[in-house]
This record gives sequence, structure tokens and C-alpha cells, in this order.
Amino acid sequence: MGIISNITEGFSPSRRAVLAGGGAGGLVLAFSLAGKGAAADTPAALNAYVAVAPDGIVTIVSKNPEIGQGIKTSLPMLIAEELDVDWVNVRTVQADNDPVAYGRQFAGGSMATPLHWDQLRQVGAAGRAMLLAAAAADWGVEAASLTTEPGVVVHAASRRRATYGALAAKAATQTAPELSSVPLKDASAYRIIGQPIPQVDTAAIVTGQPLFGIDMRLPGMLYAAYAKAPVFGAKVASADLAAAQGVKGVRRAFVVEGGTEFDGLLPGVAVVADSWWAANKGRQGLNVQWADHSTSSQSTQGYAGQARSLAEAKAGKTLRHDGDVEAALSGSAKTVEADYFYPFLSHATLEPQNCTAHFHDGKMEIWAPTQLPEPGRQIVAKTLGLAPENVIVHMTRSGGGFGRRLMNDYMAEAAWIAKEAGAPVKLVWTREDDMRHDFYRPAGFHHFRGGIDDAGNVTAWANHFVTFGEGEATARSAGMAPTEFPARFIDNYRLDVSMMPLGVPTGPLRAPGSNAIAFVVQSFIDELAHAGGVDPVEMRLRLLGDRGLVGDDARSGYDAARMAAVVRLAAEKSAWGEGLEPRRGKGIAFHYSHLGYFAEVAEVVVAEDGTVKVEKVWVAADVGRQIINPLGALNQIEGSVIDGISEMFGEITIKDGQVEQGNFDTFPLLRIDAAPVIETHFIKSDNPPTGLGEPALPPVVPAVTNAIFAATGKRVRSLPLRAEELAAG
Amino acid sequence: MAYELNVNGKAMTADVDADTPLLWVLRDTLGLVGTKYGCGIAQCGACTVHADGAPIRACVTPIEAIGGAQITTIEGAASLEVGARVQQAWSELDVAQCGYCQPGQIMSATALLAENPAPSDADIDAAMAGNICRCATYVRIRAAIKRAAGQEA
Ligand code: FES
Ligand code: FES
Repeated sequence: MGIISNITEGFSPSRRAVLAGGGAGGLVLAFSLAGKGAAADTPAALNAYVAVAPDGIVTIVSKNPEIGQGIKTSLPMLIAEELDVDWVNVRTVQADNDPVAYGRQFAGGSMATPLHWDQLRQVGAAGRAMLLAAAAADWGVEAASLTTEPGVVVHAASRRRATYGALAAKAATQTAPELSSVPLKDASAYRIIGQPIPQVDTAAIVTGQPLFGIDMRLPGMLYAAYAKAPVFGAKVASADLAAAQGVKGVRRAFVVEGGTEFDGLLPGVAVVADSWWAANKGRQGLNVQWADHSTSSQSTQGYAGQARSLAEAKAGKTLRHDGDVEAALSGSAKTVEADYFYPFLSHATLEPQNCTAHFHDGKMEIWAPTQLPEPGRQIVAKTLGLAPENVIVHMTRSGGGFGRRLMNDYMAEAAWIAKEAGAPVKLVWTREDDMRHDFYRPAGFHHFRGGIDDAGNVTAWANHFVTFGEGEATARSAGMAPTEFPARFIDNYRLDVSMMPLGVPTGPLRAPGSNAIAFVVQSFIDELAHAGGVDPVEMRLRLLGDRGLVGDDARSGYDAARMAAVVRLAAEKSAWGEGLEPRRGKGIAFHYSHLGYFAEVAEVVVAEDGTVKVEKVWVAADVGRQIINPLGALNQIEGSVIDGISEMFGEITIKDGQVEQGNFDTFPLLRIDAAPVIETHFIKSDNPPTGLGEPALPPVVPAVTNAIFAATGKRVRSLPLRAEELAAG
Repeated sequence: MAYELNVNGKAMTADVDADTPLLWVLRDTLGLVGTKYGCGIAQCGACTVHADGAPIRACVTPIEAIGGAQITTIEGAASLEVGARVQQAWSELDVAQCGYCQPGQIMSATALLAENPAPSDADIDAAMAGNICRCATYVRIRAAIKRAAGQEA
């Protein structure tokens, strides 16, 4: 494997892009690194992203937060490619939150690749054009007569050469071209894009250098623990502050009134100490009594009971009705009816939520692992009554995101506590805090009815989805789109939704919606296939048909041809249809999300006692014509697949309005001894490249449950998997 | 009280309560933040360090239990011949995603290979099952251990 390596810049939270002047195409023309003057030996900034030092070392800013998706490597790769530099000469710097310079900065929706594929290549190409212009001016020749080799401008006719480093200062004074006007390389000329390039932080990771939010240290910094009510949003009735203050090392303990918004500062008791251990010990002595709360009688059992009655009653709302489902069902040769359930899940980022905050000079300065810094800044400003410009947010590397850090509640807490404490404070949640104060993947209930004709074709599909929400408002990440497959692929299709109220915060978990919808939809397709005596692969290809693009365009539509191609590839690579020994089975599923087309086959063995082992997963993927970094791409796919399998074994349950699980002993995550072999195949279709942080996850869940059916004849309609239900006999 | 420690070959002093876990002494008192907090109850392995060469979970090891043991953390792993090889393999295969669990993974893998230079898949499972990787980089962890053991191309 030809791996190119480079070195990352160290952890430099004070590094900050400084704006100076406007620029073309949304680019800001000047850029300086805090603490460095404009001396002749400093890097010259070509735009907000690129600075070139006299020795040819190029510093490239990565605008988005790094949460393990590899963005701090892959976005600079796009710029470096078109700037035309050697990757070994690139140093990468994490941007601060700075929407003026960088627009929206976030890690979510696997959006970074589709959003930046053109834009950041243009940024690199614009920088190259400025270097060409500088050389053209020096040599009195047309810029069009110049070419580049990595790091060097060349005038072939006169055999003149100048390094980027030598040209940088002059290039920085050139007019930046319109981004849309700069020509881009042909893919065949790529030297960096498409190469397996290790993450820029790899050396720092393997040697344990400070990188993460939790690693932050400031002079005079204190540590905080924050106790919140186990019933979400309950207020503090009383707390033994003196007991906490009596613990050695504890400086202060105080009650925080807080508000009612889950995303902001909830009520609680803060303990600030010289060390985190002391703060947490103090917190254990608080003996907090919590006030009664309106949601303190909610429970998982209660939700299930309500869902049953709602499923039997008339639906709250019909989201879509094509054809006539009832007529088609009664005219069907066979009908199938099934109830499906999936539980709440926690994100469980391995680095618990934490944040360091320092109020000084009228400004609140924040260092946080966050997926969405700007709303964090806004919420801190609102909570503290500060103007947003007086809140500065530095993004640190995140020890996992998975959607959890799209919410910045911990930022509001740290900011409040630091201001109150009058010192820099690092707030660190315990694992239990983290698991009990998450924004959970919502549980959901689906009542399906399906019909098939004599030939085993699907004639009708009805889904009564029972979810959470109140009035018109669906709980966050608890909705379902009326275009979700197989809508538009079955003539008689109906999607109804009913809702019940929820006192538990919910939010996006990696491949939100899809991580649950794929399970129920692709499982029920399997049920219909078996009921009709049709092979599961064949059934899927029939459903997809020869429709091509369904919908208006590649962005909003569903390309049945791309999906059929990955289904065929997954079947072929996994030797679909081969006979297997008893209690061993293969299952197939596909799902489209985040602009990616994925089909996956899982092979499982179910032991006599019902224990499920996923032995191998074949992944067939179409994420467009170019894999930007194959090393990162494979890692994301393998991680997503195992993450999906891991999600089949755990659940978050609610009792008395509180989360029952608290740590990895009660909410297990998959370990190495249960990790399958994964084989990934890409189809390079002629479509723009799309992101890989999420779309490989959804199909693996139904691929596994369908494989369990093949192995045991038992249909998994409810997660998590329960061995006792899958045991032999 | 003041505890005399030997961390990564250096004499260090930590003035902390007897029940303070080694994890927080390393991170907050000594400023060695490479060792990570993930669960605090010996479930995830993020806090794995070596005490006289054996892997321990620093989150449940009180400082008073350390005695004269030589502690090696991820910051000192490169000084171990096996540790350097493991770090090298981790870099070459680019094992990490978020990277948060990897110091613990590397310390567990180093202890495994120091004791068993040619581990089987079952040996790897047994030695590494205490280390959770939330990003699920297990495929590469397995490959990197084999590479560090010189077992694959
Ligand atoms: S933090 Fe020690 S095992 Fe998880
Ligand atoms: S790389 Fe993220 S937890 Fe292992």
C-alpha cells in the first residue's frame, strides 16, 4: 500500500485565523497565525485556508470539526491537490469556529464531502493561480504559459523555475480569482486525491499527545463536576453543599437554577475543585433532592402500552397514500402483518462530554469537542447574557461524535460554572452522566401490513408508525419521510403516523432515522419474500425494477439503478444462494442514505443457546466516482458496519422518567472478539463523491436479522437481540 | 499525602489522597493526559497502563496500591522495544478513527506481544476484549497486532 505520510501541527488552541479585508468568492484574503508577526520568514497567506512559508511548507486549515471521520485529513487533501503541493510538505491546522471566514462548520449528515468537493478544490486552485500570477509578474510572461510541478512554478520555454516558498509573499498580494473561474485538474492527474493517506493526527494519537477536549489544560485551571436530575429537567429541591465543600480540594459547590431547554443549561449542582477526582468526590456527598417533575412516571413499558393502543386506533395522520391499500390487501393472494420495535440508544462517545471555559476580559473563551460550534456559541451567549461576539469557541478533536456533539449542552454548563467560579474550569462528565443525559436515538414502533400476489410480487404496503411527539411537532429525529423506500416503488402504499408525548431528550444518532427505518423496512421486505416464496435478493431486484432515477434529481431522488447494481454486487461477492450448514445463514439488505447506495450481506451463526455471532459482512457501495482517501473510507465503512451490529445488542430503557443504564456493564458495546470480517467493494459510478461517515451503517442491521431468519427460521421483530428467543427448539 | 512514583522511567511525586485512582493522578496531577478516561469501572480499557510490564486499568487502581511499581504510560510506550513496534504498526495501518481509545489499545497490545510474540486470533481476542473501541476499529487493531508481530505481509 503506497502510503504518504505527513506531520500534523501540534495542539494549538490559541491559533486563530484573523480576518483582514474581504475577498472574492467568499474567501478572506489575509490570514495570520496568532502570536506571529508579518516578518519575512513567516508564512504568507493566500486565502483563509492556505499559507505558504518561505521553505515551501504549506499550512492548510481544516474548517470542520474532527470527530474521527478523518475530515482534518480529507478536506486539506482537496486543497493540496489543486494547489499542487507534495503532501509531505503540508501541515494541517484545525480552524476555530469562524463562520465569517469558513461558512457553516459542522460534522453531520456525511455532508462534508458533497459540500466541499468542488469548493475546496477551487480554493486550492485559486491559491495556485495566485502563485502563477506572481511568477508571471516576476518573469514578465503570461500566466497561461506557466505550469506547476508540486511546490514549483515552471516556465518551460525559458526553463525558469521558482518554488512556492519563494513566490509566496508576492502571491499573497495578487488578486484572488473568482472561485468558479479557476480550472480544475482532470482526475487522471491526481497525486493526492485517491491515495491512501493516514490521518494527520496519527503520530500524536499513537504517542498520547494532548489532542482531545478532555486533554485541555490552562494555567490556574480548576475542575468541575455537575450533578443533574435523573428525571430530565427536574429542579434542585435541596443539596448538602457543605458536605461537598468539606471534601479536600473542593473550592466551591453551588446550585445552578438553569432553564428548561434540553440543549441548554439544565438545573443542577456544580462542584469546583483543584482536581477532577476531588470535584467528583464532593459531588457524591451532595445528597441532592430533586423536585417532582411532570415526566417522572414515564417508562419504557408505558410507552409500549400506549403504542399498542395507538397502533390499533385510527392513525393520527396519513403521511402518504398512493393507490388504494385496503382494496389491494383484500385482493392479495397472501397478506402478512407484523409489529416491529427498536429501542432508545445512547451515543456513548468514548470521550465523555466535557468542556473547558475561561471568562476573561469580558469574553467567554471555550474549548470543546463539538460537532456544531456556532450554535454552541449562540447558546453560551444566550445562557450567559453575552453578545455572541464575546464568545469564542475553539474546536478540539472529539473522541467520537455520532451525533451527540451536535448538541452543546455541556458547553453551556462549563461556561456558566467557569463564570461563577471566576477561574478557568474544565467540566468533565462521568460515564454515568453521559449515558443518563444523552439525546437518545428515539425508540419506535411500526405496524406493517403487506400483500403479495400469486407470483410473489408485492401488491400493497402499509406502515402505521407510532413515534414520539406532541401536537404537530415530532420529537427530534423521530420522524419518517414520506419518500422513504419503498414509497414510490409500490403502487398501493400507505404511511400513517401516530405520536405520544416524551419527556426524554432525543436526537440524531449516526445515520439518524435510517439506522432504525432500514431495520424495519428491509426486514419486512424479507418477510414478504419468504411468504411469497421468492428469493430475498430476487425480491429486492423486483421491487427496485428498472425504474432508474425516481424523483427529480440525483440530490433528492432515489436511483433504483444504482441500488440494483450494489444489490447484485453484494449478492455476487457473497456467493449468495450457496448452501450453508444448519444454524448458519446469510441475509441481505440495502439502504439509501446520505447520498450513498449500500447493499450488505451478513453471514451469521446462531448457537444452540441463541447467541448470535456475525462472522462476515460483504459491503457493496456506490458513493460516486472518486474515493478521496481509501484508507479513511474503508475505516469508516468497517466502523459503521460494526457500530450497526453493536447497536443490536444494547438498549436504553426508561423507568420513573429516568434512564436505567449508566455504563458499559449495562449498555454493552461490541468488543473485538465479536467483530466480523468485513469485505468492501465499491462501484465507481459517474456521480459526484459523497460522504462515508454514515451510510454503511443502516443496512447491516436488517442484513443480520435476515441472516438470523435464514439460520433459524426465527424472525427478529424487536431489538435488542435476545438469545433466549433464538435458542434451538 | 505525597506518593513517590516511577512513571516512564522518571521519579515523580504526587500529593493526593490515598484513594485517588492512578488515572487522575496521571492526567490531572502529573499532566500526562495520554491515558484516557472512558468508564471509570474497568469496562473499557481506555485507561490501560503498565505496572511492572503488566496491563492494569488505572481508573480502578488507587495510588496507594502502586507501591514501587514501575508505571509505563502511552507517553513512554516508545521506550519499550515492543511498544515502538506496536506504535509503528498502528501508524502504518492508520488504525485510529477518533483515536480516543487507542492509547489503551496500544498499551494492551504491547503487553500482549511482550508476553506472546506470535499471538493467534484467539489470543488477540482474549487480550484485547477489555478494550472498547467505540469507533469500532477492530479490523485494523487485529491487523496491526499481526503486523507488529511480523505475522503478515
Ligand atoms: S476508564 Fe478505566 S477501564 Fe474504562
Ligand atoms: S478510535 Fe474512536 S474509540 Fe477507538
